[in-house]
Amino acid sequence: MMPLADEVQHFAGAPHWTWYILFYFFLAGLSGGSYVIATLFRLGGEPSDEPAARLGYYVAFAALLPCPVMLILDLGTPLRFWHMMWNTTPGAAGLNFKYWSPMSVGVWALAVFGAFATVSFVETLVRDQRIRWSLAQRAVRLLDGILGRVVMVAGAVAGLFIAGYTGVLLSVSNQPVWSDTWALGGLFLASGLSGSAALLLFLVRYRRSAERSAGPLVVSERLYAVLELALIVIFALTLVPAGTVDTAFGFPWILLWLVALTGLVPGIGGLLTGRLAVTPEGVAVSVGSASAVRSVAIPVLVLLGVLALRAAVIFSIQ
Amino acid sequence: MVEITPGRAYGFFTDTSVCIGCKACEVACKEWNALAGNEPVFGDGFDNTGSLDAQNWRHVKFIDNVPDQTMGTGQGKAWLMMSDVCKHCQHASCMEVCPTGAIIRTEFDTVYIQPDVCNGCRNCIAACPYDVIGLDEHKGVVQKCTLCYDRLQGGMEPACAKACPTDSIQFGPLDELRPAARQRVTTLHEQGVTQARLYGDDDSVYGGLNAFFLLMDSPQAYRLPNAENAVLPRRNNVGGYLGALGTAVLAVLGSVLALRRRREPAAETPSDAGTASVPAAPPVPPAPPAPRETEAGEQ
Repeated sequence: MMPLADEVQHFAGAPHWTWYILFYFFLAGLSGGSYVIATLFRLGGEPSDEPAARLGYYVAFAALLPCPVMLILDLGTPLRFWHMMWNTTPGAAGLNFKYWSPMSVGVWALAVFGAFATVSFVETLVRDQRIRWSLAQRAVRLLDGILGRVVMVAGAVAGLFIAGYTGVLLSVSNQPVWSDTWALGGLFLASGLSGSAALLLFLVRYRRSAERSAGPLVVSERLYAVLELALIVIFALTLVPAGTVDTAFGFPWILLWLVALTGLVPGIGGLLTGRLAVTPEGVAVSVGSASAVRSVAIPVLVLLGVLALRAAVIFSIQ
Repeated sequence: MVEITPGRAYGFFTDTSVCIGCKACEVACKEWNALAGNEPVFGDGFDNTGSLDAQNWRHVKFIDNVPDQTMGTGQGKAWLMMSDVCKHCQHASCMEVCPTGAIIRTEFDTVYIQPDVCNGCRNCIAACPYDVIGLDEHKGVVQKCTLCYDRLQGGMEPACAKACPTDSIQFGPLDELRPAARQRVTTLHEQGVTQARLYGDDDSVYGGLNAFFLLMDSPQAYRLPNAENAVLPRRNNVGGYLGALGTAVLAVLGSVLALRRRREPAAETPSDAGTASVPAAPPVPPAPPAPRETEAGEQ
């Protein structure tokens, strides 16, 4: 960040990025976050975490599918979506890639992450014997060794990027609020991870073999929530010198921020009361026997918070 | 008649001290570029155009500058009038962020949006510090002043400059316009109009503006960022990515911590009130020998 001017002036017009972009940001965070969590389970967890890892790869793929659709529909000329990747300027035709433009980088990152998410999704289908073609099984065996680890790690790095670059994209502009802070990339990433952990925790209810991974998911969600809260504070503080705190947090946006902060309550509250404690089996409570409040309402609350946070950031300046 | 040669830098010098707010420039621009225009905006002033956008590539600003105290004869200055337009910045924010390569610099050193390449992503709108660009809802692409690219190719000066009755808008090669503008400021200062100043004639604002102005007040009064605030979007790349990287590292460390905690014996029962009264999970069966054995039918 360059030093802020004594008096920060913003005269830029709003780009009118609305619902498609909001839900793209939301789903990209969940997709990237779920892939990262799945990979961490597989590489750093125990054998009993494998069902949760597979669940994560399913979620990553499912959440990713609508993303390009939303990005394309948001364009003024949707049929020219491919112009993002191929410059059609007469006499200058060729690949489009601007490392200094997060939108340009994001398009390619989405394509790369899409490839990893698809490979991991198909691999999981094969390992779950939902695809039984011998050719597919032979291909998946290639991923048993170091190649599989490389794919997962590379996919997780791409997933982290996808979950966070959307915030950087907003900052790389001349808009009030967005361009006044460096915290949006980290904030969206932490929020995406928090939402992903909550979503997986909810879905574990429907994949009982993954129940043993609920403990780490609970603890992870608590830590992500702390990170997200810290970044919200940093975000607000970085707006002070620019004088745009009111723009971001004024009425009615404060209502969305309250929803976002409410979504952090389960994580922060859990950390305050239970710290990082889990039982030796890795789970504080049988997910199947947990109350509906814990299993359904809390993940929904967290996910609503993730959505509200993005809505507050995107809409408050428009 | 200005001779127009490809390879030479051209632009506008807009002298707001002689603008009378007639809006001939707006009309000429719309006529030549076949812009439909918007519904008029009726506020409390004489400006019913509103702002620059996809339909208004020239916009005469009427800035209420009525002084609080009564002024003497000849000192009154009720309005600042300025025919605003795309600045065709040397370091153009729109061009910097455009992911399609639709925004180019022409052979006349102007900034041009290719309508057949743009896909309407609107990233340039978020980046333009002057609120110049707008999305044409019908065409699905963004539009702004082209500095009459087609007229320049035909050897004609832009429509707005040709129509301006007071020569407030002057078109020409930059290397001729800039000295003329500086001379004009000197003349005004000699006449006691000390508030006259140039904006964008040097590289202090976005590397220099091909459409630069003589202003009668501070740039902020015209909603133009001063040199200190004339910054490019890419300035936030490093901070933004570093913030995300730091977050990623902390998040992964947190995840690893969460996974490791399970392996350690629990010295304490979780005190989470929500879980305390719920029966614990049944004993966990031994981990399967193969970490990725199939689980068909589980979901």
